[in-house]
Amino acid sequence: MLEVEKITKIYNPGTVMEQKLFQDFSLVVEEGQFIAIVGGNGSGKTSLLNIICGTIPIESGDVRIDGESIVKRKDYQRYANMGRVYQDPSAGVCPDLTMLENLSLADNKGKPFNLTRAVNRSRIKFYQEQLQALGLGLEDKMDVKMGSLSGGQRQAVSLLMASMTPLRFLILDEHTAALDPKTAEVIMVLTNKIIREKGLTAMMVTHNLRHAAEYGDRILMMHQGTIVLDRSGEEKKKTSMEDILLMFNRISTQ
Amino acid sequence: MLTELLISTLTQGLIYALISFGVYITYSILDFPDLGVDGTFPLGAAVTAVLLTNGVNAWLTLPLAMSAGAAAGFFTGVVHVKLGVRNLLAGIITMTALFSINLQIAGSNLTVPRDIDTIFTSGPVMAVFGNMNTMGRKLVVSLVVVIVVKLALDAYFRTKSGLLLRAVGNNPGLVTTLAKDCGSVKLLGLVVSNALVALGGCIVCHEQRSFSATMGTGQLVYGLAAVIIGISILNFYAASPAARALRNRKALRWLAVPAGTTAVIFGSILYKLCVQAALSAGLPANMMKLITAALFLLVLVLSGRKGEAIIHA
Repeated sequence: MLEVEKITKIYNPGTVMEQKLFQDFSLVVEEGQFIAIVGGNGSGKTSLLNIICGTIPIESGDVRIDGESIVKRKDYQRYANMGRVYQDPSAGVCPDLTMLENLSLADNKGKPFNLTRAVNRSRIKFYQEQLQALGLGLEDKMDVKMGSLSGGQRQAVSLLMASMTPLRFLILDEHTAALDPKTAEVIMVLTNKIIREKGLTAMMVTHNLRHAAEYGDRILMMHQGTIVLDRSGEEKKKTSMEDILLMFNRISTQ
Repeated sequence: MLTELLISTLTQGLIYALISFGVYITYSILDFPDLGVDGTFPLGAAVTAVLLTNGVNAWLTLPLAMSAGAAAGFFTGVVHVKLGVRNLLAGIITMTALFSINLQIAGSNLTVPRDIDTIFTSGPVMAVFGNMNTMGRKLVVSLVVVIVVKLALDAYFRTKSGLLLRAVGNNPGLVTTLAKDCGSVKLLGLVVSNALVALGGCIVCHEQRSFSATMGTGQLVYGLAAVIIGISILNFYAASPAARALRNRKALRWLAVPAGTTAVIFGSILYKLCVQAALSAGLPANMMKLITAALFLLVLVLSGRKGEAIIHA
């Protein structure tokens, strides 16, 4: 269980630019829950993810996993059982390294990066099977530099890399926003498959209201650092894209 | 006369490639312009000069000079990573501090007497290459040292640790999500880099039998120029029809995409040749650093990399 309790986040504290985003903001994420988060620009969606991952600090409050506070842990320590995919397809891979080198890096997460060979030849078959399942024809591109692949291909590999080793939490930060509609669909289906197969607890920020309505067990709509809509279970299933759009238009015209 | 000049320039190019290897790790891989190089290079020479004059075995000075360089790199790393000082300033602090430290180590400018064996006149070398003249021997020994270091580096880049180092320079954010601390990886890179630069200083000291406090001036610029020339040639070559033809042949594919370290060796030799050509054309030796700087500027402009990485790093 992931708990965010009474957090306060102020940008540029003590300056004329001071901006209070969260004040006593709380959220409880159940184990195995897949949450879709929507909201306008500046509503605090990405800030929330960044606070959970330790990318940005908070002024007060607590973030806990299974009751244990992780606020004092550095970002890289928090990623031990967390994976993250970003909006920018280049952010999840090393563009100058080959596909094989990228996958080898991800495969070694949680193990020491010592002086043994980086690429384990006996794992290539496993990588190729994983890539084949994507259906993008990537299994033959092991020695190709990631930078020369398309955005959609890179994002698919990012997703694969983020979820390659055992993990509990998957953080998705508008990870389909930079892709064309068809590729976005492919990535979304793949995302859902990975989350369900591995039983991950996932938080997905998205601007695609249809994805938010169709996928996930719970939907959150955020506005100016508060949750204005929170539906789960049967209630979430009944929520259509039109409902979300209506709510979205209402808060943005206020 | 011309052959002799060529051999000595080639030797210089090879020895200074060691510095370029260090700069390759920090600048090219980690995107960290480490000015500490200007202090670490003479540090390697100072340690070597003192050890040699005190009768320490010539070959033993290599690992000892490297350790001293590693310590300097570790210091720069701690200042940058742990104390949060900007990379350019962290290097400047190390460089400035080392100027005094180098003089403390060596006492003053130091000359290694003729009767002391350097690696070029040591027993094992004389046994194998004893029938060559001094210049030829220097060239062969330098070549062996550089190739050994190059192969070791290439092997390191293929290890898990080496791959992580390359990943940090390429996409630090990704390394963080792999639950690894980018800071520690950078620290490691600085240690390895400065050990190599000090090794360069060590071999130069063996070659010219002297240490001078000012010998470090401009070494980072030299290393950067060699790296940028080398990488530019590499990119040019990799896009050429010849390389493309080689890529299609499985057995020769390794020739199509040479390692960055190979490119750096060629860059270093080419740069030394340019400087030597300018000196041979009649420019006085005092103009050496001016030539170095002018050539570096030329390289930056021609390669299209006008140092943006240096300024924004």
